[in-house]
Amino acid sequence: MMRRAPLVMGQNTYRDISDDICRLTETLPDTKFLFGLSAALCLFGLYALVQGTIAATGMGLQGINHPVGWGTDIVTFVFWIGIGHAGTLISAILFLFRQKWRTSIARTAEAMTVFAVMTAGLFPILHTGRPWLAYWLLPYPNQRGPLWVNFRSPLVWDVFAVSTYATVSMVFWYVGMVPDLATIRDRAKSVWRRRIYGALSLGWRGSARQWNHYEMVYMLLAGLSAPLVLSVHSIVSFDFAVANLPGWHTTIFPPYFVAGAIFSGFGMVVTIMTILREAHPTFKDYITMDHMEAMNKIIMMTGMMVGYAYASEFFIAWYSGVEYEQFTFINRAFGPYWWAYWIMVSCNVFIPQLFWFRFFRRSIPWMFVISIFVNIGMWFERFVITVTSLHRDFLPSNWGMWVATIFDYGALFGSFGMFFTLFLLYTRVLPAISIAEVKPVLPVGRDGGNHGHH
Amino acid sequence: MAIIENLLEAVRPKGKRGVAGIWHDEHHLVEAARKVRETGIKNFEAITPFPVHGLDDAMGIPLSFIPWVTFIMGVCGCAFGLWFTWWTFCRDWPLNIGGKPFFSLPAYIPIMFELTILFAALSSVATLFVVCGIPAIEPQIIDPDLTSHKFGLFIPTGESGYDSAKLEKLLRDLGANEIKHTEF
Repeated sequence: MMRRAPLVMGQNTYRDISDDICRLTETLPDTKFLFGLSAALCLFGLYALVQGTIAATGMGLQGINHPVGWGTDIVTFVFWIGIGHAGTLISAILFLFRQKWRTSIARTAEAMTVFAVMTAGLFPILHTGRPWLAYWLLPYPNQRGPLWVNFRSPLVWDVFAVSTYATVSMVFWYVGMVPDLATIRDRAKSVWRRRIYGALSLGWRGSARQWNHYEMVYMLLAGLSAPLVLSVHSIVSFDFAVANLPGWHTTIFPPYFVAGAIFSGFGMVVTIMTILREAHPTFKDYITMDHMEAMNKIIMMTGMMVGYAYASEFFIAWYSGVEYEQFTFINRAFGPYWWAYWIMVSCNVFIPQLFWFRFFRRSIPWMFVISIFVNIGMWFERFVITVTSLHRDFLPSNWGMWVATIFDYGALFGSFGMFFTLFLLYTRVLPAISIAEVKPVLPVGRDGGNHGHH
Repeated sequence: MAIIENLLEAVRPKGKRGVAGIWHDEHHLVEAARKVRETGIKNFEAITPFPVHGLDDAMGIPLSFIPWVTFIMGVCGCAFGLWFTWWTFCRDWPLNIGGKPFFSLPAYIPIMFELTILFAALSSVATLFVVCGIPAIEPQIIDPDLTSHKFGLFIPTGESGYDSAKLEKLLRDLGANEIKHTEF
């Protein structure tokens, strides 16, 4: 019989689990944390400055112009939305498949989803150039007729998909956190701490009738989130696929985008989990090496799925006999942006092949470096799709080049400041591992043999 | 500060008086809950730090009805999406966009899908809030460890037909590690 590795390491009791996980929210951070937070805050400040300047001056500060009208903002929007997908995949789809190893990483992966979607959501709004009119995207009764938004447009589908995704993933994350917030409330020593966490926990008491409905709703939200997450990146891909541009107009886009999103999202989960484990060594009992290895396997598998999509696109370009399509793909790999294409292929297809070897799957420094490469590669994938398709379309008189300005770099790197500021604050304020979900997966037979009833 | 205290006192949900037994192990709690139910007491509550499997059956709690709400509200969301896209583009202000039909059903499906999910998810959570009585402001708790590592049973004195001395004896006989006369 196959031996199953325990999901939680060490000799922990229920009380130890509460102590280990709540400790982060109950102690003052060390200097390493403050250093990291200051760095993130500086980057966040730079981001606010850059985006504020762009909003006040105009989109011309970024490199976009005719014919490349979609640049850093759209590329980075798709990048962050994709990152978010792994959180929902871990928390909802692995939950429905009864993959119990998800329990210890689900909370932080969901937090990553929420923060990534928040970071992503700003980009299309700022890309409109007049973010103060962003409410025009919504179908509301107005004094212009009323003139409604065009529901046939993929960009309007995207407004509905991303806002629904943001809402449902935040609700799912928060509902999952309510019992743990009650745990923190009941451990509180000071009155105000008890009141603040009491308000956040909504007065949860953990009675059997509450748990009965709670578990049902948690499962329902998982069931609703699973098709939702697949729809969101499908609809993001429609932003491209519904257009008639060679390189965008392909039926492979929805599954290709979803696979890429899961790939990049797991890359980011591994990045932040390695940081979280190193910063808080007690978490190594909960986020075990087996969990990290499982995620690395998913990275390798989804990396090969996007590799298959790259190959399939080339094959269809040749097989369809459409010369514009053929030109676009040859131009991608060997045209002026060849370096972007080969960065993408190297980071997404070649480098994750290292995970065939157990040594790389279980080495924290190696998986950290590989996950960074995955993040870089997936940003370049969106860059390749967006910019290289736009820069040379049907007529050579319509060709042009896109060159990044300092504002493009500011928007891209600054968005990491926003994401990491939110993430670092989260780890010290909210329970970073699901307390109520980890306790039931403790190996039977702990607690001095009291569990002998099974 | 006194104002805050008085305000909180006014909105705090009122508990029932009763007796609580506390166990250090969830399996003993499930056994105790089953036996309490066998004595004929219906209105009792178990308080646990995580969902304990088998407790619903032991206490005779039926399966949650919330999936029905989810289903009905999901259907409503889908229907609303269909009606809204039809009404705006076929009735309220028909706009000819690229010569496409006013009623472009395939193009409206993403809208209908997202509204299905949104209505179903938010209504499920709203129903959860109502049936669980949350948000509640500083409700009575029996023991702070019941959200961490201990497991409690609470039996109200009024409705069970037992007085507190008899309830205490019952819970002691069921092996409770601690007994508390309290409100919940």
